[in-house]
Amino acid sequence: MGARKLLLALLAAPALAFGAVAELKLDRAPINEGDLISLQRGAQVFVNYCLSCHSASYMRYNRLEELGLTAGQIRDNLVFTDAKVGELMKSAMAAQDAREWFGTPPPDLTVIARSRASSAGSGADWLYTYLRGFYRDPARPSGWNNTVFRDVAMPHVLWQLQGEQVLKTEEHVLPGGKKEQVQKLVLEKPGALAPVEYDRLVADLVNYLVYMGEPAKRTRIELGLYALLALGALFVLAYLLKKEYWKDVH
Amino acid sequence: MAATGKQPVTGAGPFNGLLTWIDQRFPLMSLWRDHLAEYYASKNFNFWYYFGSLAIFVLVLQIVTGIFLTMHYKPDAAQAFASVEYVMRDVPGGWFIRYMHSTGASAFFIVVYLHMFRGLMYGSYRNPRELVWIVGMLIYLSLMAEAFFGYLLPWGQMSYWGAQVIVNLFDAIPIVGPDLALWIRGDYVISDATLNRFFAFHVIAIPLVLLALVAAHIMALHEVGSLNPDGVEIKKLKDPKTGHPVDGIPFHPYYTVKDTLGVVVFLIVFFVILFFMPEFGGYFLEYNNFIPADPLKTPSHIAPVWYFTPFYSILRATTETFMWVLAAALIAYSALLVHSAKSTAARLAVVAAAVVLLAGFFTVDPKVWGVALMFAAVLVFFGLPWLDRSPVKSIRYKGLLVKGALALFAASFVILGYFGTQPVTAAGTVVSQVFTLVYFAFFLLMPWYTRMDKTRPEPSRVTWRGAH
Amino acid sequence: MADKELDQGKRRFLVAATSVAGGIASAAAAVPFVASMLPSERAKAAGAPVEADISGLAPGEMTRVEWRGKPVWIVRRTREMLESVKRNDEKVADPQSQRKKELTPEYARNELRSIKPEYLVVVGICTHLGCSPVDKFKAQPEAFESDWKGGFYCPCHGSLFDLAGRVYKNKPAPDNLEVPPHRYLSDTRILIGEDTKGA
Repeated sequence: MGARKLLLALLAAPALAFGAVAELKLDRAPINEGDLISLQRGAQVFVNYCLSCHSASYMRYNRLEELGLTAGQIRDNLVFTDAKVGELMKSAMAAQDAREWFGTPPPDLTVIARSRASSAGSGADWLYTYLRGFYRDPARPSGWNNTVFRDVAMPHVLWQLQGEQVLKTEEHVLPGGKKEQVQKLVLEKPGALAPVEYDRLVADLVNYLVYMGEPAKRTRIELGLYALLALGALFVLAYLLKKEYWKDVH
Repeated sequence: MAATGKQPVTGAGPFNGLLTWIDQRFPLMSLWRDHLAEYYASKNFNFWYYFGSLAIFVLVLQIVTGIFLTMHYKPDAAQAFASVEYVMRDVPGGWFIRYMHSTGASAFFIVVYLHMFRGLMYGSYRNPRELVWIVGMLIYLSLMAEAFFGYLLPWGQMSYWGAQVIVNLFDAIPIVGPDLALWIRGDYVISDATLNRFFAFHVIAIPLVLLALVAAHIMALHEVGSLNPDGVEIKKLKDPKTGHPVDGIPFHPYYTVKDTLGVVVFLIVFFVILFFMPEFGGYFLEYNNFIPADPLKTPSHIAPVWYFTPFYSILRATTETFMWVLAAALIAYSALLVHSAKSTAARLAVVAAAVVLLAGFFTVDPKVWGVALMFAAVLVFFGLPWLDRSPVKSIRYKGLLVKGALALFAASFVILGYFGTQPVTAAGTVVSQVFTLVYFAFFLLMPWYTRMDKTRPEPSRVTWRGAH
Repeated sequence: MADKELDQGKRRFLVAATSVAGGIASAAAAVPFVASMLPSERAKAAGAPVEADISGLAPGEMTRVEWRGKPVWIVRRTREMLESVKRNDEKVADPQSQRKKELTPEYARNELRSIKPEYLVVVGICTHLGCSPVDKFKAQPEAFESDWKGGFYCPCHGSLFDLAGRVYKNKPAPDNLEVPPHRYLSDTRILIGEDTKGA
């Protein structure tokens, strides 16, 4: 009996070690990956605001035809360098300059949405919270800091749209008398867009970044349904075949 | 005319002539008979017996998808990461081939671990199948090497730093370490030179070794015949009229048909993952690997891919404090060995070895002992045929002691594996240390608990749901 | 026994059905592998149509652009050059470009082998073994042809082409110079590599 108890205790021990590691709190990104219009808007935000410093060097401009655009529309509205529509979305900034200006070259964004996934949330959640988490910080060289990415080198590129946030520390009194410091972002100077509109814009941009991370995703899921249907049929046949032959075995 | 006195081939319809011609010049029909149509296997194979054929299936899948990936992949540090994204986006159907290969890699280990567990349960490693088991362990080692070399190829952050950590383990070996690591890397750090040679190992060297070992594995098995869930040797009871084992059925058509069903079920699970969750929560395709390798930026949390994590846990568990625990365990184990030893020479050898090891425990860096324990954790499997002293082969006829030990071992493998994926915590280290001891105890105490175990007598015929 | 016969029939049917289904599934699975060997987006982008600017091209001059790794020549022919082509029918092997239809698109299957008579657009690769011929536009006696009216001379094996890219009789090269698919975007811009009015 004692041995059994020990065994059970040993097996249960790991549960105790699921220590609480301080984790990032991320907002859920309200994106609809099937919304082509949102993706088109996101693509426009991306090429207008991000592509000057960041590259998306594994993505071709003409892939955006999947979003319901023609090559002509892409060429006229989304290509700002002298790249041809079949070429890769490279940044105009030279890597050496980038390193000088920001201390570290701005990372390529093609698969950023895939790389930022974690147990705290999806890559989309991370990006959505990040792009809405910039606040004024005079201690930083760029003048900006971020709640998701501490001491990030990137300035708040979209500040004119969002406005300027600051990080305010509030003291909350919990039931039981214990005091707790809570940090909140407060919009001090409004920007060109209302907060709801800005959130929508960021959602579109994040939607686009998720799409750009894996453009074949929708095809993959669609094909998956067909593949499983086919395998289901194959399963029925293979099962009947097995059962038939195994009738022999006594 | 006929070169030998062989019978012409019948039953193949229009192909009879061609097959006869071949059979006169190549052992076609004898191979067909010995390994398929007249290879008698027990009729009571259960769920656990699917994984051998599934392992071959996954091997073929990896080779075929690997060949097609090699058509587009660039084994150059400056181009590797980009070439993988090129496959994912610009190559027609490339994403499907890539996901097959990445899902297939993890599937390979799931299948192999379940296949090995079958061996543990039913005593497949026991006499006369020791060599099947040894070759199988060599396959497992080769598979680990293949996966390790392959993982560097995408040249992501996890690829780079995982390789860095593992090669540094070799660096930790006393005296020869640094030179060995330099020779493996071909450079002072993991670099393009390392990538290129790992590519050569992954694409051709180890696949050839794997194919040869798999062939040897099956030949060794077929030489003695397959076992079964009851651990009963079916060749002991043969039908006097046919000469075939009474409890046996020919592999073809019964197991060809059953394994086909097994493949279909496997593919259903495989495709659910591939098409709907290829990253599998970051376990099959790690999130950090979507960042190109940066030698100047170490990720905050480096972990090997999930199938290596039990062993990684054992490595990390070996801290300075753990050396004391190991010392105590060593002394206790040596006492046990001395007590059981049959000769003075043996007793002296045990004491001498223990003294040397104890000295080493407290002079050599625990990091080195961690590496040693990690390798020992894999190598200890080789000893199974000689560690298991049970009078019966299959778990079905073993007592609570052995059943409990196997359950504990399986639990420790999974628990160690889980903690290997997590960052180091104080509690996690303690748990890993406890289960490291459980893990090794399973093997090292086996000669004693398998003898102490209260077994039931093995039946003479296999148990089978059908009447007999 | 009737039972056994039924069994065999059922077995044969199931084996056949499963084999057919498995065959179809395997064929479907093979599609992405076969497709992966087709030109990738990168290859298609590199092989994309090329725009040639002919605004600065003077009569009698030639300009060269690269398309799919091949040199494409654009010659602005003078009136004399056009006349010499018209008088050359006897000397060339395939004056109407009838021999190999794929080398000359419909819109260039005329005596001058061009959309606009003034501009010749041809791939600058000799149809013999792939060398690049040299331009010899001056109508003057040459070592390779005493009555030379102007055109192209291939130095590798001596093939000759006239100012419409047509191959001379009794020369190693079997065919006229290839006219690539092309169309005019305007009077000064030619798009090489595309002739249908695509996107």
